[in-house]
Amino acid sequence: MTAATNTTGRENAKAQALRDPLREANEPTSLVARFGPERGLVMDCGVTLAGWQIAYQTYGTLNAARSNAVLVCHALTGDQHVASTNPVTGKAGWWEVLIGPGKPLDTDRFFVICSNVLGGCLGSSGPASNNPATGRPWGLDFPLVTIRDMVRAQAMLIDHLGIESLFAVIGGSMGGMQVLQWASSYPERVFAAMPLATGARHSAQNIAFHEVGRQAVMADPDWREGRYLDADTRPSKGLSVARMGAHITYLSEAALHRKFGRNLQDRDSRTFSFDADFQVESYLRHQGLSFVERFDANSYLYLTRAMDYFDLAADHGGVLARAFAGSKTRFCVASFTSDWLFPTSDSRAIVHALNASGASVSFVELESDKGHDAFLLDEPELFATLRGFIGAAARVRGLA
Amino acid sequence: MSDVRIDLSLIADMVEPGSRVLDVGCGDGELLELLANRRNVDARGIELSRVGVAGCVARGLSVVQGDADTDLGDYPDDAFDYVILSQTIQATRAPRVVLENMLRIGRRAIVSFPNFGHWSIRAQIAFRGHMPVTGNLPDSWYDTPNIHFCTIRDFVRLCDEIGAVTERAVALNAAGGGIGVKAPWWFWNLFGQQAVFLLRRGRP
Repeated sequence: MTAATNTTGRENAKAQALRDPLREANEPTSLVARFGPERGLVMDCGVTLAGWQIAYQTYGTLNAARSNAVLVCHALTGDQHVASTNPVTGKAGWWEVLIGPGKPLDTDRFFVICSNVLGGCLGSSGPASNNPATGRPWGLDFPLVTIRDMVRAQAMLIDHLGIESLFAVIGGSMGGMQVLQWASSYPERVFAAMPLATGARHSAQNIAFHEVGRQAVMADPDWREGRYLDADTRPSKGLSVARMGAHITYLSEAALHRKFGRNLQDRDSRTFSFDADFQVESYLRHQGLSFVERFDANSYLYLTRAMDYFDLAADHGGVLARAFAGSKTRFCVASFTSDWLFPTSDSRAIVHALNASGASVSFVELESDKGHDAFLLDEPELFATLRGFIGAAARVRGLA
Repeated sequence: MSDVRIDLSLIADMVEPGSRVLDVGCGDGELLELLANRRNVDARGIELSRVGVAGCVARGLSVVQGDADTDLGDYPDDAFDYVILSQTIQATRAPRVVLENMLRIGRRAIVSFPNFGHWSIRAQIAFRGHMPVTGNLPDSWYDTPNIHFCTIRDFVRLCDEIGAVTERAVALNAAGGGIGVKAPWWFWNLFGQQAVFLLRRGRP
């Protein structure tokens, strides 16, 4: 890692962002598909979004048969820049360890698509983008988004790209929820599905963590009842605290201990103050501060809410197996031993439902002490599993 | 195909082509692959070891990491045509419950197991006074995963107790040859090194 280049890149991006903080939300540097009022998006809350857009990136080439497309679904604070430099942070794409030429998800073979979720803040319609009716940012006037709404929007993007059926849909955490929703809503359009480190519903504990984060945002006076963009303020303190709390849930005690222990930050002894004496405090503060530079606070409220509302079984009379009835999709489910946000029991519940519905499913619990975030990291076992599953599915699909 | 283990080959021949099969304790997927290739079955597996599952997934097989003792209960009735337990029943905590679950999940069950009644095993206990260690069963008593050994006679009795009907049974001698079907049970129990049973549910 070249720290100097990264810092310069980040500062340049920050300078640009300061010139127009809403640029990415409305005019993303990535590709974008715009839908007029005649192609409104019907949402679960009852609203039809007339005039909306979805930002996306693609990698590799769509083959003549249009049969090699892979949709990658991003997690809560991810974006469409899955395998290319993020224009806001200047950092590498969030899944570049996995996706690229010759990598486990090989862009020499597959056409990889990743879109910013509905409700996000990097170019898809959401609270930070402009309401076409007013020309001002939507703020809390944006309708509440569900995982199913995100997937409906993605399906319209896939239609727009002229792709009838996806070879694979892959994602972790909130991305995994979208994978499950895809397989349930459009089974005939998903050949293979790989939901990672996820659950078919958000647990009470996870809703509780999200609520703490939202309350932190809303307690910041600069949040201004959600109208901070009009007032040209940002609830940075609140969002930062929300991110600090959430970040802990993405790691594990073992990972935190290995990384920081009780080490002091740039000092030899305690200062008897509330300064960041410990490395772990300094690290969390940094995580919080760098997050607010790239993420919209209202988007954070909307997307955490979407995860909270997700309960795939509830949409099918309380029986998860019915969500996958008659499915021909090949599934590969994976969890991580130290993930306490989406523990292995959540993945097993998915596997049991898929077995009960007679679907083709593989499942493996991968050994890692890195917690929930393991799915984003360089985990050789995950790569081997993905390579094997994708390779075998490609053979069955007749992809070279 | 010529180097396929004789018991696996025997099991594969018991399976109707095109059927739905669950292999419990499928290891690295050798039998599943054989079934998929030779019998064109819809083959699924359960395997305890992470390495085994990863290997199976890499071969393109549908395998779930799980435990025969705890996870079979989650499968619905009649989900498969055959549920196979190959050289694994002696390593389960509750062989009877496992076998009952197999016959609930599948219309038929195929079980292969090492025969603890084989003369060489009897001889080791009788004449040398120690727990048997053989080429087939190489682990010492303190580190063997096999906690519920049985003889062919024991297995037949368990089938009677749970009302399972034997459709076919084969005993293999140490050389891998079949023992004549006309031979009496006591002969099988003495000279069969391993046995393969094809079972179906009896009338309740």
